[in-house]
Amino acid sequence: MPETSRDLQLTADGELRHFLAIEGLDQALLTRILDTADSFIEVGERTIKKVPLLRGRTVVNLFFEPSTRTRSTFELAAKRLSADVLNLDIGTSATSKGESLSDTLLNLRAMASDMFVMRHSQSGAPHFVAQSVTPDVAIINAGDGRHEHPTQAMLDMLTIRQHMKTFSGLRVAIVGDVQHSRVARSQIRALNTLGVDEVRLIAPDTLLPHEPEALGARVFHRMEEGLRNVDVIIMLRLQHERMEGALLPSESEFYRMYGLTREKLAYANPGALVMHPGPINRGVEIESAVADGPQSVILGQVTNGIAVRMAVMSMSMGGQLNERQSATGEGVAST
Amino acid sequence: MQDIEQLLDRMTDDLREHINARGLSSLCPVGIRTGGVWVAQALRERLGIQAECGELDITFYRDDFSRIGLHPRVSPSRLPFETEGQHLLLVDDVIMSGRTIRAAMNELFDYGRPESITLAALVDLGRRELPIQPDVTGTHETLGPRQRIKLRGPESLELAVEEVPDA
Repeated sequence: MPETSRDLQLTADGELRHFLAIEGLDQALLTRILDTADSFIEVGERTIKKVPLLRGRTVVNLFFEPSTRTRSTFELAAKRLSADVLNLDIGTSATSKGESLSDTLLNLRAMASDMFVMRHSQSGAPHFVAQSVTPDVAIINAGDGRHEHPTQAMLDMLTIRQHMKTFSGLRVAIVGDVQHSRVARSQIRALNTLGVDEVRLIAPDTLLPHEPEALGARVFHRMEEGLRNVDVIIMLRLQHERMEGALLPSESEFYRMYGLTREKLAYANPGALVMHPGPINRGVEIESAVADGPQSVILGQVTNGIAVRMAVMSMSMGGQLNERQSATGEGVAST
Repeated sequence: MQDIEQLLDRMTDDLREHINARGLSSLCPVGIRTGGVWVAQALRERLGIQAECGELDITFYRDDFSRIGLHPRVSPSRLPFETEGQHLLLVDDVIMSGRTIRAAMNELFDYGRPESITLAALVDLGRRELPIQPDVTGTHETLGPRQRIKLRGPESLELAVEEVPDA
C-alpha cells in the first residue's frame, strides 16, 4: 500500500482527483462529500433525475469481482450524471485470454475513458492503477480486497448524518465479520475522522483483525456489553466466500451470539439506528423483524448510495479535469 | 450606487406592468442562490405573491465544470411548488454573460415544463455572451476591468463594488 494515499487522491489544490480510500482524507473533505451528496439526493427526487456534469465523459465499471448492487448503483450514478457507461466483468473476458491488468487498462484508456470504477480482490489494486498505469483517468475504488470500500462507508456516514444530524457524541457499534470486511475498515476511519465519540467492534476473536485497537476502536466480545448506550448499530455480512478454514462453529451458533434480534437490540439506546451494507443474510446476522423494523434504515442506505457515488464521481472528475487543464497551461476563469 | 429600496420599487412597478400586459396569473418566484434569492424574496413581498420562494443552486448545471471542476459549496435546490404548466419569475442579483441564466433555465426544465419564465435582474452589467435579456432590470452599471459587484445581505441588502486583486 503506498503511504501517500492523500497525495495520490488529491490535486495540488487539495481537490479530489481519485477516490481510493478514506485514509488520508480529512474531516473537511469528507464533510464536503456528504454536503454534495445531499444536493444529489434532491436531484433524485425530480421529474428528470439527471444533471449534465459528466456529459460526454466515459465511465468504465471494471469489476474483477462480481457485485450486483454496488455495480448497479455506480452505473445509475454515472447515468444520472449524464456520462456514457461501459460495464466490464473482467473475470469473464480479457484476463482469461492472458491479457495483463495494465494492458487491459491501457486499452480502455485508448478508448478515451475518463473514469474507472474499479473493484478488485487485491488490496491496493486501484492505488496501483492510479499511481502507475493511468494516472490521468479518475479512479474510484469500489472495493479492493480487505483494504477499503470507501463509497460504502460514505453512504453509511450520509445515512447516519441524516438521522442523527451530527457525529459528535455518537457511539457506533460495528458487529460481525470485521476481519474480512473492507467496509468496516473504511467505516472505522470515516467515523473517527468525522469525530464520533466511540467506535466499537463486537465480534469473536476469530473474526477480528490482529490489532483491532490500532484501527481506533474498542473491542467487545458480547453483544450485551457492546451494544449498551450505542446510538448506531452497523451489522456486517458474514463473508462466506472469504472464509478460509473454520473460523466459526456454525451459522446458527453465530446467530445465537451475534445475530441482531429484537432482544439484543433492546440493549442499545432507544431509537438506535440499525444499518447493514447488504446483501442481508436473514437469520444469520439479523432477524427479519429487526431488518424490516422501525429502527432499520437499510433501504435508505441504498438510495444514499447513488447520491454519494454521484458526489465522489463528479468531484473526482472535476479535480482530474482541472489537473489536465493546468498540465496544458490554459487559463482558468469564469463568471 | 443607487438605493436598493428604490431599485426594488422600480422593478416591482415594471413587473406589475409586465404581468398585466402578458396576463400572467399566479407567478411563482424562483431566486438563484445566493443573492438572487434575497431579491426574489423582496419582490415577492412587494408584489404580494402567495407562493413561497423557490431557490436554485445551479452548481450541477454550470458550463465551466470541465474547466474549473465542481464548485466547493453546493446546497440542494428547493422548489416548493409544481413548475409544470406554471408561470415562473426567475430572479438573479446580477446578470452579465448570461451563462448563469442559461444554466438556471436548464435546471428548471428538469423539474417540468413551465408555461413561461419571466426574468428579473437587479443589476445588468452588459457584456453578454449569450442572447439572454431580462424582462425587468433594476439598474444598468458599467464596471472597470478589475471591478466586480456584490450584493450583501440578507438583513439589509446593499450593493458594493469590489476591486478584484491581480491573479
